[in-house]
Amino acid sequence: MYLTARTRLVLRLLTLVGLAFLYVPLAIVVLNAFNKSRTYAFPPTGYTLHWWSAARHSSAVLETLKNSIWAGVGATTVALVLGTMAAFGVQRYRFFGRRSISFLVVLPIALPGIVTGLALRNVFDVVLGLPLSIWTIIIGHATFCIVIVFNNVQARLRRTGSSLEQASADLGGTGLQTFWFVTLPNLRGALVAGALLAFGLSFDEIVVTSFTAPADRHTLPQWIFDNLSRPNQAPIVNVVAAVLIVVAVVPVWLAQRLTDDAAGSRF
Amino acid sequence: MSTAPAGVDLGRRGAVSSFFAYKRRTRLALLLGPPVFWLVIAYLGAIAALLLSSLWSVDSFTEKVVHTYGTGNLRTVFTDATFRAVTLRTLGIALLVTALDALIAFPMAFYMSVVASPRMRRILVVLVLTPLWASYLVKAYAWRVLLAPDGPLGAVFGGTPGYGKTALVLTLAYLWLPYMVIPVYAGFEKLPRSLFEASSDLGAPPGRTVRSVVLPLVFPALAAGSIFTFSLTLGDYIAVSSVGGKTQMLANVIYGQLITANDQPLAAALSIIPLIAILLYLAAMSRTGALDNV
Repeated sequence: MYLTARTRLVLRLLTLVGLAFLYVPLAIVVLNAFNKSRTYAFPPTGYTLHWWSAARHSSAVLETLKNSIWAGVGATTVALVLGTMAAFGVQRYRFFGRRSISFLVVLPIALPGIVTGLALRNVFDVVLGLPLSIWTIIIGHATFCIVIVFNNVQARLRRTGSSLEQASADLGGTGLQTFWFVTLPNLRGALVAGALLAFGLSFDEIVVTSFTAPADRHTLPQWIFDNLSRPNQAPIVNVVAAVLIVVAVVPVWLAQRLTDDAAGSRF
Repeated sequence: MSTAPAGVDLGRRGAVSSFFAYKRRTRLALLLGPPVFWLVIAYLGAIAALLLSSLWSVDSFTEKVVHTYGTGNLRTVFTDATFRAVTLRTLGIALLVTALDALIAFPMAFYMSVVASPRMRRILVVLVLTPLWASYLVKAYAWRVLLAPDGPLGAVFGGTPGYGKTALVLTLAYLWLPYMVIPVYAGFEKLPRSLFEASSDLGAPPGRTVRSVVLPLVFPALAAGSIFTFSLTLGDYIAVSSVGGKTQMLANVIYGQLITANDQPLAAALSIIPLIAILLYLAAMSRTGALDNV
């Protein structure tokens, strides 16, 4: 289509406005973590690192940070194993019900978090009578993290095909040797990317978490939510929010360097 | 079942290897067993139990869940005037957010796909996708800061709408924007460029081409994006509690019933509303061909 220079300019401006809409709020949070004013007066009149050291010495922050890391590590481990297995099954075999497996994997991230959270809470609380613990957080997080690993590994398997594995078998490699020396090294990037993204997703999650976490073991996002309307905690909340942004965004950029479709693996 | 050959087949050394090599079905079952078990038991099972538990009730005396079946909760959910008002408000907000996102996403996707260079296109896709990974709570919190009385928006524009419905719609539109841009961008990528030329050869000015050629063809992609924006809005209670002021939405009513009122069965019955709304919406959208775009 022939577009006049003016149309192109308007489209470019609208795109810039859209990107600004996406990034300015995040930038403000990061900026405010250094804002001297307790009430985030804008524009900031001075900058300080004081809130960062206050956050570092807050025992509640450190405690919830520890919980978040454990939840992330646990959920990522489960998701890595189950997501990779499912990806292999779906990508390297043809069988009845293959598409419903892909659908099943995506479902926990497609349905609203509140439905997932409430359903899991109901199972733990009412059906099984299981007390909420770090393990129930991990079960919840792993359920919606599987899809991230699945998507990354599946994309890689689709692209590499199975010719290298057939070559290895032709040259006399056993199934396990082929897996260890050929398949796994090929997958390394996708696995690392999937793990980074799954960890990032788990580290940030709040909706499912608020239904599956015990009252005395909250995660970092929950700590923010609990302190949202407490003015005297506001500067520390802001520092923690800035940390969460960095912890979420950096893995995406790293993963994107490892594999081209990492950032899109939520779809 | 599994007949098409693929993958490794010829391991001969080692009992373990050859066992797996010759038994394709066993291998497949071992591969899919654990993830499917997890998802069916821990997830589908949980959803089924949730639906079932909506039929239970709470003993008003002991505040314990009583496992006797009845439709009392469902009747309350579908007849109570407050719940109906909350449902209608939530659906209205979801539609508003969807429309706003479509409006912002369309020119962005247009630019990314048709105007930008291939290199720029890749960068833009990553730029749009990255905020998706930033914490949902932190993004809602960011708008709480932006809209604060002496916050940045007030400093730039001389005033803010304050916390309430307007703030909520803005925040939700912000939260779900990437979910709209990416499917619409994918829809633009599928458009044959020759159609643009055909349209302008036949004398249509760009505006007419957009209206009569581009929009109808990109519509299924817009519908695909709207599935995300719609369903995510129905499930939100974080943004509502951060910037919504006194606004009540479905999800925070559900949360309140569970956490504050301790009425798990009623919360379960209420959660059927977003579930049904999303299924109906999916059914409506699948008629537009949107599901082929997800």
